[in-house]
Formats: sequence, structure tokens, C-alpha cells
Amino acid sequence: MYETVIGLEVHVQLKTRTKAFCGCLNEFGSGANTRTCPVCLGFPGSLPVLNEMAFEHGMKVALALNCQIQNFTKFDRKNYFYPDLPKNYQISQYDLPLALDGGLKIKINPSATLRIDGERSRTIKDKEKTIPVKRVHLEEDAGKLIHEGQDSLVDYNRAGVPLLEIVTEPMINSPDEAYEYLSELKAILKYLEVSDCDMEKGSLRCDANISLRLPGEKKLGTKTELKNMNSFKAVREALHYEIKRQAGILESGQRIIQETLLWDEALSRTVAMRSKEEAMDYRYFPEPDLPGFVLSEEKIRAVKDNLPELPQALKQRFIRDYGLSDYDVEILAQEKQVADYFEACFKVYPRAKSISNWLIGPISYELNSRNLDIQSLGLKPPELTALISFVDQEKISNLSAKEVLTERLNSKNTIEEIIKEKDLLQIRDSGELSAIIDAVLGANQKSVQDYLSGKTGAMMFLVGQAMRQSKGKANPKIAQEMLKERLKNA
Amino acid sequence: MPAEKPLYALTGLELLGLIKQKKTGIADILESQSLRTKAVEEKVKAFARFTDNTASGIPIAVKDNICIQGQPTTCASKILENFIPPYDATVIQRLKKAGFIIQGQTNMDEFAFGSSCENSAFFPTRNPWNPDCVPGGSSGGSAAAVAADEAIWALGSDTGGSIRQPASFCGVVGLKPTYGRVSRYGLIAFASSLDQIGPLTKDVRDSAYLTNIISGYDPNDSTSLNLPVGDYLKSLEKDIKGIKIGVPKEYFSLSGDGELEGLDREVKEAVREAIAQLRKLGAEVSEVSLPHTEYAVAVYYIVATAEASSNLARFDGVQYGLRVRSADNLIAMYKKTRQAGFGPEAKRRIILGTYVLSHGYYEAYYVRALKVRALIARDFTEVFKEYDCIVTPTSPTTAFRLGEKLENPLAMYLSDVYTISANLAGVPAISVPCGSSKAGLPIGLQITAKAFDEEMLFRVAYNYEQATLWHKMKPNL
Repeated sequence: MYETVIGLEVHVQLKTRTKAFCGCLNEFGSGANTRTCPVCLGFPGSLPVLNEMAFEHGMKVALALNCQIQNFTKFDRKNYFYPDLPKNYQISQYDLPLALDGGLKIKINPSATLRIDGERSRTIKDKEKTIPVKRVHLEEDAGKLIHEGQDSLVDYNRAGVPLLEIVTEPMINSPDEAYEYLSELKAILKYLEVSDCDMEKGSLRCDANISLRLPGEKKLGTKTELKNMNSFKAVREALHYEIKRQAGILESGQRIIQETLLWDEALSRTVAMRSKEEAMDYRYFPEPDLPGFVLSEEKIRAVKDNLPELPQALKQRFIRDYGLSDYDVEILAQEKQVADYFEACFKVYPRAKSISNWLIGPISYELNSRNLDIQSLGLKPPELTALISFVDQEKISNLSAKEVLTERLNSKNTIEEIIKEKDLLQIRDSGELSAIIDAVLGANQKSVQDYLSGKTGAMMFLVGQAMRQSKGKANPKIAQEMLKERLKNA
Repeated sequence: MPAEKPLYALTGLELLGLIKQKKTGIADILESQSLRTKAVEEKVKAFARFTDNTASGIPIAVKDNICIQGQPTTCASKILENFIPPYDATVIQRLKKAGFIIQGQTNMDEFAFGSSCENSAFFPTRNPWNPDCVPGGSSGGSAAAVAADEAIWALGSDTGGSIRQPASFCGVVGLKPTYGRVSRYGLIAFASSLDQIGPLTKDVRDSAYLTNIISGYDPNDSTSLNLPVGDYLKSLEKDIKGIKIGVPKEYFSLSGDGELEGLDREVKEAVREAIAQLRKLGAEVSEVSLPHTEYAVAVYYIVATAEASSNLARFDGVQYGLRVRSADNLIAMYKKTRQAGFGPEAKRRIILGTYVLSHGYYEAYYVRALKVRALIARDFTEVFKEYDCIVTPTSPTTAFRLGEKLENPLAMYLSDVYTISANLAGVPAISVPCGSSKAGLPIGLQITAKAFDEEMLFRVAYNYEQATLWHKMKPNL
């Protein structure tokens, strides 16, 4: 058995108003080459000017990852020819990046616990591990090539969009750890509101390098680099595949070739892209158009002091202040919007467990089936809490409530209107119930006798009959109480 | 004001004075200029192209590497032959705002690579003082146009002497401002950490006037500095009594080495006389040392070519400029386009620059060059702690003959030996006429001051100019 050694390189597009080095709007969905200017097109004579917001976003991420922001930082040119790169060099950072030496705490194996039900996970103690983050640096994105038959077209709308590169040390030891690291990182980036982190749209991209070695071996094995993975799941699969492939090669006594591989999702396998011999010489050198600059301690502190609450802190607070379980909090905190929604609900209806159950259960179900996030669901927190309170007060059944929720999301009717229209309010009035009880007792003499002779199980049958008589609207608790009361006097 | 002098022969400020006094108008000036150009341009070939102006204003000639909206701007290269910038360089915006019109774009060494104007893809420009000689370079067209009275004044760019050396060869005034004084936005980059736009003029007053217009902070150029711009015309009013001038001994000990020539005896004499003149005007002159001078050329050709190799990478046939269409794949398109589009000197510098940045050579060449560059800059800082300016020859020789150094790039590179250091150190330097050789070719005096002290340059240059007649000499065309 081999030890797996993985390093991850994540690129995230930063959400800024304008691009990294020019005034063009940083936005998608506009016509090809409409978000361009002489600077991001690399026209002769044009010069870059750093977008301070992009830099500040980078600082936030670096600080959230506990990195050391460097006092002096500068930009460098990474030189290579490709048509999507207007200047044939990318403005990036080489030897003096924005930040170094951080780390991200992950739970080892929580993905396994999350897949099991909530009860089980409470019994499993999560282990923690810190994945060291080697560096964080700012650079610019390239454009996009579009191939049409014999022709290749270029859209430069994406050229110059600010990118943050986040690189780990090769100290991730399993595909599951890699998956967990990416999930935690994404949560942090979303909490910081610096990126959409949408892998399908390319606003978050991940490359991995992976090697195997015998346990106890100090030297790293020969690594391969994996590219073209379009989801966290794909990263995990590609790593699993590559572990098997490399192990197979090593087992047969052969050597791993250092190369770059592309993950082919359809075939579930990696394919060779280029070997080390073909590796490019990027001829990095300091970008003369952008002077390096000193970041003052005050500036760093100001950014640090303004960091929003991060997932770890929020989870601890939710456990402490709301008495929620680890399991509940882990799920609620996955999306900042959901956590915020929880708190908005709690403000008007301070019953944490009920709200949490609803968010994790029915709401989560509706979000998935409708492929929406909680903000676009169109359900205000007071509406949800109104519905929950109907259930908590036993005015409607849990099952009915789920039906009301679905109906509410499909129509424009209010919760109250739907309950009324569907006649779902439980019968709690003893007068109304009395007639039903009478009828049940009259029609089921055998069960009454059974109950009176000590067969308490007969009671459940009688309650069931009462429910049936009331078409499910009878409050089962009240019905049972009334039945018992009646039979006590019999 | 000598009324018998034709309008084209006057300086910019003389003409502005006449306009103010309503003794002449823009139309008269443009007409005079046009007649002059018709008469001599065939001999000088200073212009790459002239502009069809609809607007009226004070005409100025601009080097063909400064972007003008809607006008072809080509760096005298085939690869940019059909390139029309969609925007004005910041200096062009400033000139237009000040009432100037662009008269035409001047010839140059391709991408400013050269010291003779012979590396132009169009044609070589001639020295107005002797058509068999080069005008210098790379801003040779601008210097020749001003010297031949085809232009009142002109803009050039200076990366290692490209304004000052041709100014010296053509007998005009050429200033390289402090790095960061004038915006580079819209200047098609040769070496971004060295390039600077500056004026070529008939005298020091015009130089001060133009510098005031083009200088100042530009938010579009992150290397331009946000420092107040002095009143340069006002700085001319002060005398130079008690000013401390340093004369670096290293600049006068340049000796010939085989086929490479050292400091020309006539140039040396003229500069010595100029120094004597400055003494007479009250300056205190002493010998100083810039000990790392001998490394300047070597450092320059590493730093400048490294940056150039990257700056010129964008000329690939994808978006604009030349594209050779016979290629059947991407790499072939790059190769064929760049092979056909760049001249031999551009190729030489791209290859050299690529080499010094390559894996395994970067530390030995580029990194070491940066360290020596810092030492050269420190040499100047040290001297300027005690001295107000430094006086040297601008070029070791007068204008050489066309073709003379074309086959020997190293000899060509060495003709910038006195001008390169100012670019490496980022300090301002000006060349003013200070003599004439027996062959009748102009000699230039270079004055260098500390960063952002253009006022000192203009002050010393103007006092010297007023005490001599060299700037009044005109070539016989």
C-alpha cells in the first residue's frame, strides 16, 4: 500500500466591478469582445493599472487562510504565446507573492459522516487536520478560444479578469481530504463574498498534482499534474483514478513519468497532455509597468479587522448560541445564505431546532428539486416560521405542512390561505371531536371491550378510527385524550 | 526679432510671440512650414508620413512610436504597417488640449532599436548637415526634422539615448526627462523601465516650454510619479553662479579598442571648451567619479532586450498588424508573421532578450544586470549629494556615415555609451549643441541632473546656450 501525496492549485475569479488592470466591467453574459479596451486587449502603448479592490479581495482571502501578507509585493510577467493571451504574457506574481504560509483546517472524513444519517454522525468524532497553504497570489485571466469548423475565434471579455491563485503544500493524503479542503475553501470564499465559486462557469478551477510513495519514505515520488476537472466530485474521481494508475505502474516495477494529464469526464480516465520535456520556460521577470509596493501594517490590520465571520467561527457560535448539533450546524453553515436565513428566522421565531430541521429537511429538498438558492426561492423567513409554528402548535400535521410549503412555492397564495383552502387545520375543538368520538365508540364495541379488559393496544386502533372519521384532521393527541376520558367513565 | 527670417526658421516660442502680437497667424506658419518641407524633405526623409489635418493649431512632429488615434502608428516596422491606434497617447492628449496639431510622424529605427535611423523598415533618414551621414537614432527623424526646419519642434522617445544622441548629431536640443515625469501611456514600449518621451527643439526655451506641457502625473501610467511639475520657463531666469558641476573622469578616459573607437578628439575638445564656458559663467566645476560607468552598456543590453523581448511578444498576427496568411497552423502563423514583420535588429534583440530571461541564464544575466543597474544608480545618487549636475559629451563621436556601423552592431551599441547611464539611473539629461567638427558636423554637450530636477538642467543649459552661438547654426540645405 502506498501513501498518497496531493497538492492542489485553485484559481478563483474575483468578484470586482472592473477588471484587474483596466476599467472594463468584470461581468459575464455580454456579447463577445464587448468588455474590452486597449489595456485588456494588450494594444501597443497601453499600460496596466492595478485594481485596488481585486488586491483587497486577495488580502481578505490570504488573511482568512491565516497566511502571512508580505510587506513588499510585486507583479511579474509570465511569458508564453497563446492567442487567448493578448500580450503573450500574463501579469502574475512569481517570487514575491501577496501572501505565504497559511493553512486551512479541515475535518478528516466528515464527508463519510455526512452521507450517513444525522444520528450516526453524532457518534463519530471528527478528526481535524490543517492543510498548509503555501502561497496566495493575484494574476489576470486569459480570454476564451472558440473553435468553429476550420476557424478559431477569440473572445477577450474574460481577459484581464482578476484571478487569485491559492496553492497548497503537497500534504493532502487522500481524495476525500482534497474534496474536504475544496469544500472548506469554497465556503470561506463565499463567506468573504469575493467570488461566485462556480466551477461550471469557470469562476473556480482546480488543478492537482499527485504522487505515491511507500509509507515512511521521506522523498516525494514522481508526480503527475491533473487538469480539466469541472467539479469537486471530478477532482475526487480523477485522484482516485490516478492513485490506481500510479500504483499499478509502481507495482509492476516501472517508473512514473512526470507529465500533465487531462481528466476525461466522459471516459472516467486521464489522458496525457504534455510531458516534462515539453514543459514551458515562462521566463518570469518583474513587470516593469507596475512598480512593486509596500503594504503597511495598518492597511493589513484594517483589512483583517473588517473580515466577516468565517465558517468555523459561525459554526462554533451556532452550536454555542442556538444549542444546535454539530451535524445540523455543518449543513446550515455550508452556505452563508442559509446560515443567514436561519438567523433571520430565529429572530422572529426563536425555536432553533425546529427551524434547523425545516431548513435541512423540506427547504433543502425544495432547493435541490428546483435548483435554486435560498435567496431566489422567494420565501421570506417570517413565512417559513409561520408555517413552522402551525406545526409546532399542532394546528396542522407535519405531512400537511410539507404540502403547504410546496403549494406556497408553486402559487402566490399565502400560507394561511393554502391551509384554509385545503382545509388542513386539525380539529382541536372538543365539541366537534365529541361527535366523532361518539361515533367511533358506538361502532367499535369489540375494541372498547378489549381496551377495558386491559388490552391497551386497542386504544391505537380507536385513535386511528377517529383519524379516519375526521379525514386526518383530528388532532391525534386530543382524540386519544378524549377517548381515554370517555372510557374511564364508562 | 529679425523679420527677414522665414517663419519656418523661428523657434516655437518666437512664433507663439508673433501670434500673440498678431504679427502672424497659424495659417501663415503652416504655409511656411509646408513650403519648407516640400523643398527639403526629399533630401532629409525625416517623416514616415504626414497628417491630413482638419483641425488648426501649432504644428508638432511626433515620433512614429507614440499612438495617435485614427492615424497609422507603426514604429517604422512592417509588423505594424496597418496598425491604427484607437486612442491617443497621454502626451498627444495634452498637446491637443494645449492647441497643437500633429504635423506628421517621424522616421525612426524600428521599435527604437538603433542609433542611426537605418533600422527603419521604410528608408534611412539623412543628417541635414551632411546627407551621407546618419541623423542618429532612434529618434533620428524627429531630430532631423527640427534641424532642417521642417518641424518647429518634435517629440521623441529615449530608452538609452534615443533623443539625446540624434539631438547631438543634428545640432538641436534634446531632453530625456526623469523616468516617471512624462506619461508613457500610448508610447509603444521598447523597454518599459527605461523608456521616456521627451522634446527635440531648436533651443532650450522651447524645450522647457514643451516639457511643461507634456509632464505630470497620469493615472493611466502606474510608473508616472505624482509630484508637482516646476515652472520650467521660469527656471531659465536664474544664473548659474556657484552651481556645482561634476565632470566624471570615466567619460573622458574612454579609449579605442581595436576597431571600436573611443572618444573623438574633436568632441573632447568641444566639451572641454564648453566646461570652460560654464566656469566663466560662475559654475564651480570639479572632477567626479561614476565608477560603474564601464558596465552601463552591458547592463543596458541585458535589461533593455529582456523587456523588449516580452513587450514585442504581442506582435503575433492575432489581433492587429501584419499576419502572414499562408500558415496552416498557429505556430506557423506566429513564426511566419514575426519572420516577415521584424527587421534584423529587432530579431537580434528579441533573441538576446529571450536568452537572458531563459531558465538557467536568468540569474547569471538578468538578475546580475539588475544588481549592477542599482550600483550605477547609486553612483549618481552619491555625486548628486554634492553636485547640482554632471556635464559630459552626449556621444563619443559626431554623426557617422550611413552604413558605417550597420554590419557591426557592437560598434553601434557603443555609440550610446554616454547616454545609457541616465536611463538606467532614471535621471534626467539634456543634450545641447556645443560645437562643430572640422567636417561641419554638430557636437552635443550632455547635462545630467538628479531625478525630478529638470529645472536645474534647463537653467544650466539655457545659461550655456545664451553664452554661445552653436544653437543658431543652421545646416545648408
